Amino acid sequence: MDQSLEEKGGGVLDALEAERFNLLVLPHLDSAFNLARWLVRNRTDAEDVAQEAMLRAYRFFGGFHGGDARAWLLQIVRNTCFTWLEKNRPPEPTAEFNEEVHVTNSVTPEALAIAGNNRDRLARALEALPPRFREVIVLRELEGCSYKEIAAITSIPIGTVMSALSRARRQLQVALVNPAREEAAHGL
Amino acid sequence: MDCELPRAVIHGYLDGELDPVRAAEFERHLEECPECVTALESQESLRSSLHRAQLYEKAPPQLRQKVLAGMRPSEPISISSRRRPVIAQWLAVAAVLLLSLYSGWRLIPGLSEKNSQTALAAQIVDAHLRSLQPGHLTDVISTDQHTVKPWFDGKLDFSPPVQDFANDGFPLQGGRLDVVGGRTVAALVYGRRKHFVSVFIWPTTEKDEAARTGSQQGYNWINWRKNGMEFYAVTDAAAPDLTQLQALLSH
Repeated sequence: MDQSLEEKGGGVLDALEAERFNLLVLPHLDSAFNLARWLVRNRTDAEDVAQEAMLRAYRFFGGFHGGDARAWLLQIVRNTCFTWLEKNRPPEPTAEFNEEVHVTNSVTPEALAIAGNNRDRLARALEALPPRFREVIVLRELEGCSYKEIAAITSIPIGTVMSALSRARRQLQVALVNPAREEAAHGL
Repeated sequence: MDCELPRAVIHGYLDGELDPVRAAEFERHLEECPECVTALESQESLRSSLHRAQLYEKAPPQLRQKVLAGMRPSEPISISSRRRPVIAQWLAVAAVLLLSLYSGWRLIPGLSEKNSQTALAAQIVDAHLRSLQPGHLTDVISTDQHTVKPWFDGKLDFSPPVQDFANDGFPLQGGRLDVVGGRTVAALVYGRRKHFVSVFIWPTTEKDEAARTGSQQGYNWINWRKNGMEFYAVTDAAAPDLTQLQALLSH
C-alpha cells in the first residue's frame, strides 16, 4: 500500500534520463540520509538504507512524472527504512500514545527550555518516539516539509498530518522532560 | 482544562498551515485563553530547541560516491541473461559496427560542432545548477581576488584570471573547482543583483574566438576564447548582463 508512486515503470535509464535524475533527485541526498538516519537511528545503517533507496529511486525514475522530486525521493526512503526496520530490528512501539496517562500540564516552557538545551537529550528523546511520530517531526522540523509534502511522503491523509504532529510533539515534550520514564516505557 | 478548541489547531497555527480565516480566529481565541497561550509557548520553545540543536545530519561524502558508482552500470538484465540465437548475435555485431561508423562520422569536425556545443552548454548549465545547491556555491568564499587567485594554485594545472568587478556591478563571491567535459576547471562566482553568475575557465589550444551566446533550460550562457583560455559564463540573470561581464573579463 505504501508503494504507490514509485513502483511504476522500473527499468534502465537512458543518458538523458540519467542526467535528469542527477539534476533533480541526487541533490536531495542529504535529505535522504537525514531521514534514514533518524528512522534507523544510526549513521552506518542509515548509509546503507539511503544508498539502497537512492538506487531504487534511480531504477524507478521512469515512474516520476515531475513535481516535487524531494517528496518523491523521501517517500521511497521512508518505505525502504520501514522495510529495513521490519527485517533488522525488533518491533518498535507503535501503540498510540496514551494521553490520559502521559499528558501533564507540568511541561512548562521553562522546563522544556532547560531540557531542550541539551542536544544529546533532545536526540535521545526524538529517537525514543515511535517511528511514525519520529518521521513527522523529522520531516517538519528538520526537513521543513509542508503538511502537503508530509502527507505525500508518509501516505497519511493531509487532514491528519496536523493531529499526527500534535501527538508527536506532545510525546516528544514528555520524553524530553521525563527521559527516564520514557525509556523505561519503551524498554530502552 | 476549559478550552474546547482542538489541541491540534495550535500546531496548524504554529506551522503556518491554517487558512487566513482560521488563523485570525485562533489569534482572537488566544486573547482570552491563557491555556492555549501557554501551550503555544511551549511548542515554540520545543521548536526552537530542535532548531538550535542542529539535529540535521548530512550525507557522508562516501555515500555520494557509492550512489554514483551504483548508478553507472545500467545493465539490461532481462535480455543479456537470456541466450540469444546466433543470427541475433551477428545482427548485434553489425549494429555495433554501424553505430561506430556513424559516431566516427559525427566526430568529424564541423559536422558535429553544433551538437557538441549544445552538449557542452548543457553540462555548463548543469554544473551551475549543481552549484546552487546549499553549500556548493563556492569552495573559497572571498570577495578579494588576491585570496581567490592563490587558492587555485596547486589545485589546477593552469592559472585562471581572477578579478573582482564590484565597481561594475559584478562583485566577486568566490571560486570553486568543477568538472566540465571530464576535466577539472576553475569556476568563479559573481553576484549580479540577486542572481549568481558562474564563470567556468579552462585552458585551450584553439585560437581566440568572439563570444557566442545561447540559452538552455531558461539559463543564459556565453562562450568565448581569449589568450589560450576558454570561458563559459552562465546565469539566470538577463543575457545583456552576461555580455557586460564578458567585456569586463576580456579586458
